[in-house]
Amino acid sequence: MKRRDFIHLSGLGMGAMLTPGFLMMGNPATAEQLLFPGLENAQKKALADIALNTAKSNGATYTDVRIGRYLNQFLFTREKNVQNIANTESFGVGIRVIAAGTWGFSATNDVTPDGIKKCAETAVAIAKANAIMQKEPVILAPVKGAGEVSWETPISKNPFEIPVADKIDLLLSVNAAAMDNGATFVNSNLFMVNEQKYFASSDGSYIDQNIHRIWPTFNVTAVNKSEGKFRSRQALSAPMGMGYEYLDGLASEKISGPAGLISYRNSYDMVEDAVAAAKHAKEKLSAKSVTPGKYDLVLDPDHLGLTIHESVGHPLELDRVLGYEANYAGTSFATLDKWRSGDFKYGSDLVNIVADKTQPLSLGATAYDDEGVKCKEWDLIKNGVLVNYQAIRDQASIIDEPESHGCCYADNWNSVQFQRMPNVSLRPGKEKLSVNEMIKGVDKGIYIVGRGSYSIDQQRYNFQFGGQLFYEIKNGEIAGMLEDVAYQSNTQEFWNSCSQICDKDDYKLFGTFFDGKGQPSQVSAVSHGSSTTRFDGVNVINTGRQI
Amino acid sequence: MAILSKEEAKAIIDKVLSYATADETSVSVSGGRTGNIRYARNTVNTSGESNEITLSITSVYGKRSGSSSINELDDASLKKAVERSQEIAKLAPENPEYMPMLGPQDFLDTKNFASKTDAINPEYRAKVAMDSIEVSNRGNLTAAGYLEDFSGFVAMGNSRGMFGYNKNTSVDFSVTVRTADGTGSGYAIRDFNDAGLLDSKGVTEISAQKAQASMSAQAIEPGKYTVILEPTAANDLMRLLAFGMDARSADEGRSFLSKKGGGTRLGEKLFDERVNIYSDPMHPELPGRPWNNEGLPSVKTTWVENGAVKNMFYSRYWAEKQGVEPVGRPNGIIFEGGNQSLADMIKSTQRGVLVTRFWYIRSVDPQTLLYTGLTRDGTFYIEDGQIKFPVKNFRFNESPVIMLNNIESLGKPQRAGGNMIPPMKIRDFTFTSLSDAV
Repeated sequence: MKRRDFIHLSGLGMGAMLTPGFLMMGNPATAEQLLFPGLENAQKKALADIALNTAKSNGATYTDVRIGRYLNQFLFTREKNVQNIANTESFGVGIRVIAAGTWGFSATNDVTPDGIKKCAETAVAIAKANAIMQKEPVILAPVKGAGEVSWETPISKNPFEIPVADKIDLLLSVNAAAMDNGATFVNSNLFMVNEQKYFASSDGSYIDQNIHRIWPTFNVTAVNKSEGKFRSRQALSAPMGMGYEYLDGLASEKISGPAGLISYRNSYDMVEDAVAAAKHAKEKLSAKSVTPGKYDLVLDPDHLGLTIHESVGHPLELDRVLGYEANYAGTSFATLDKWRSGDFKYGSDLVNIVADKTQPLSLGATAYDDEGVKCKEWDLIKNGVLVNYQAIRDQASIIDEPESHGCCYADNWNSVQFQRMPNVSLRPGKEKLSVNEMIKGVDKGIYIVGRGSYSIDQQRYNFQFGGQLFYEIKNGEIAGMLEDVAYQSNTQEFWNSCSQICDKDDYKLFGTFFDGKGQPSQVSAVSHGSSTTRFDGVNVINTGRQI
Repeated sequence: MAILSKEEAKAIIDKVLSYATADETSVSVSGGRTGNIRYARNTVNTSGESNEITLSITSVYGKRSGSSSINELDDASLKKAVERSQEIAKLAPENPEYMPMLGPQDFLDTKNFASKTDAINPEYRAKVAMDSIEVSNRGNLTAAGYLEDFSGFVAMGNSRGMFGYNKNTSVDFSVTVRTADGTGSGYAIRDFNDAGLLDSKGVTEISAQKAQASMSAQAIEPGKYTVILEPTAANDLMRLLAFGMDARSADEGRSFLSKKGGGTRLGEKLFDERVNIYSDPMHPELPGRPWNNEGLPSVKTTWVENGAVKNMFYSRYWAEKQGVEPVGRPNGIIFEGGNQSLADMIKSTQRGVLVTRFWYIRSVDPQTLLYTGLTRDGTFYIEDGQIKFPVKNFRFNESPVIMLNNIESLGKPQRAGGNMIPPMKIRDFTFTSLSDAV
């Protein structure tokens, strides 16, 4: 196993989902290098065949090879300054085998016939060495070889083809817009990722995929020095499985909401959102502090996505349920006996939650996962009842599935692939219902927009969430902005309090770029779609303190 | 192979500098061996080892800088990397906050390398896992653990004549033990520079004992409690305070150390007078790196003295702007305590809650340094000086600033999470809800 190359980017004021000390993989490169095409598929196939043949002749009963080129361009600015422009490229091969019923993995950046041969030999040797300690031989769900196929994220503007100067101009104009509208400080960032992955396996698959993701974001802060008070408002963008066209700011993709809010579906107007953010940050400085108690919550998709991620996405990862993540992320309350009962009410009858790796424009969208399984959509919660988990090839038999769900992923060629969360989304309501109509029916409530502070226990029962914007709802009307709001609940109680879901016209994707899991930790990007949803009688606390 | 001697590293850095034509050039070369083993359900899942060496170059023209890095150290590769970094620098926008590179510095010879860690091999790692699993099997328990070790070096030099070299090692081990019925869970974690100090069997025994003792926890009402935080739990919150002492954020009015009306709270007594926090790269139990993130020499620095803020981090840029000397971020902090053991602290407690660790800690309000999170893997009710019974986990909403004004007592500091932290007895700690999680 090779230790990854990295650029350390801690302390740059990045997005809220980042862990401290986030590592950006790859060697620094010029922007032009990110446009080089890399190896031809015929060359990759020839190299992959060396790995497949070497592993087989050394005793492997299964082999997969991932030749990966991972490109990143991250831009960081604050106010009038460019803080950093990081272009990175990481290229290498990861080889995974089963020998003596045991997994073995090895990776190298020596992508030559000789380097790959040695790497395959090492992978088999590691599998055989680990077999001594193996107590649970690997059982793989069958998969049909895909032959030679390819897939790419359907983008219309390759972010790496847009001149860096244009991107910097955009970020600096975002900053200027925020400052002109009352911000004291503003940081804006643009993250662009391209994974060029060639997968081959002893099942007869040769799969070439070219995946793009983009995330424009900012954080605007307003300071009242005389009172010694500051408040921030983050961007209401979502990271997307799109190209630079996400930044077109199309009017047709804007959703007008209560309190003059605008949210963005599949096209983002970053400057417009920065203007609104500056005004919101200032307004937050003098907003009313919430009275703690029970409220009906109306949760916007830009907020609810994170609640879905933490309270549904993670507890239904089968490796957590089985105990493989016990020492780090934890286990799960959604145990196999609850699923086997067939009547475990995860949520109210309205709650239908679906997993998928195919939804267009989502972060999870690919044609095949990182073990060559064709991606698909499947139900996790149907009419409120827990019906399934997220499982990969070596887990499918545990939950009596005939095949993998196709949600295996590695964040780099030198990381071993394992079960990762697919997109996990709440289906929109079937009845016609807008956000304004939903609010009209609430007597005492809070409308919450954007993701804020988030915390959940290691089995995913008890959680607490904040947000970016909070509006008091009184007798069916928005009654002004609130501050110091966080809600606490229990996963099952919360989803069973779901009483209304807006229709598909309100549906949009939320996303997270840097979901962490595993030891050593790997990141993954995932989307969560939903429409605005109402939850009744949720406990709200006041987070204001004096120090 | 991956560890270069001081002389070898210096020769390579000098060679790179001789190829450079930029206004300023800095070179760092680092490398070493990283190994790990991960187990769960009482069986090993993954193990690996890698050896790598990386050379990074930063070239600067005026206030434009660019970087490149490579893994090969032959002359042709070095020349190519210098050209690449210079090319990137020429294309970069100016950074108005760029500070010229430092000249020669006097670095301390810190003792953060241990030969026992350097000698770790796959057999050692397998034994750590097997010893731990054996403890678990014996008690009909389930263990999941992770060991990661590193042995390597870092050297840096620049065109202004600075050169530094340091060899370092580290080992981190954590283990979660759960009871077969899933009603009890325990955890223990240790980190050292010297693997000779790691007793993985003993660490697993602590985790196993906590798992068994925490079975069938009872629910008690959330509210304000006197808590005794084990060093791991205390460190979870104290590190957030200590590493948030940035002068720029405070001057800008967006920190808990910002002063009403402008400026910082430097010099103010913010905490109980028993609070003393410092950093010392020569501390025998917490040896640091010879330099900080900006290449300034690490030196012994007092951060909080008798409850008053004595120093904050000043980057070179911010220090120059404010007309003060730069103050680097430390590698780790030493939070002074007393001589009381954890057992002494429990004995002197009439009613309270003992906390093994916290989990999923997130900022709620940076203005007041309010954090939320949960207790995990061993939470116990104390009455009349004794642990009475395990309690269900709590969610807390609390600020370390408030905690350090509510100190009952501080115990003997121990190394935890890269810092030296005492067990702490804190009154009026705010638990806001219960969790069913085990």
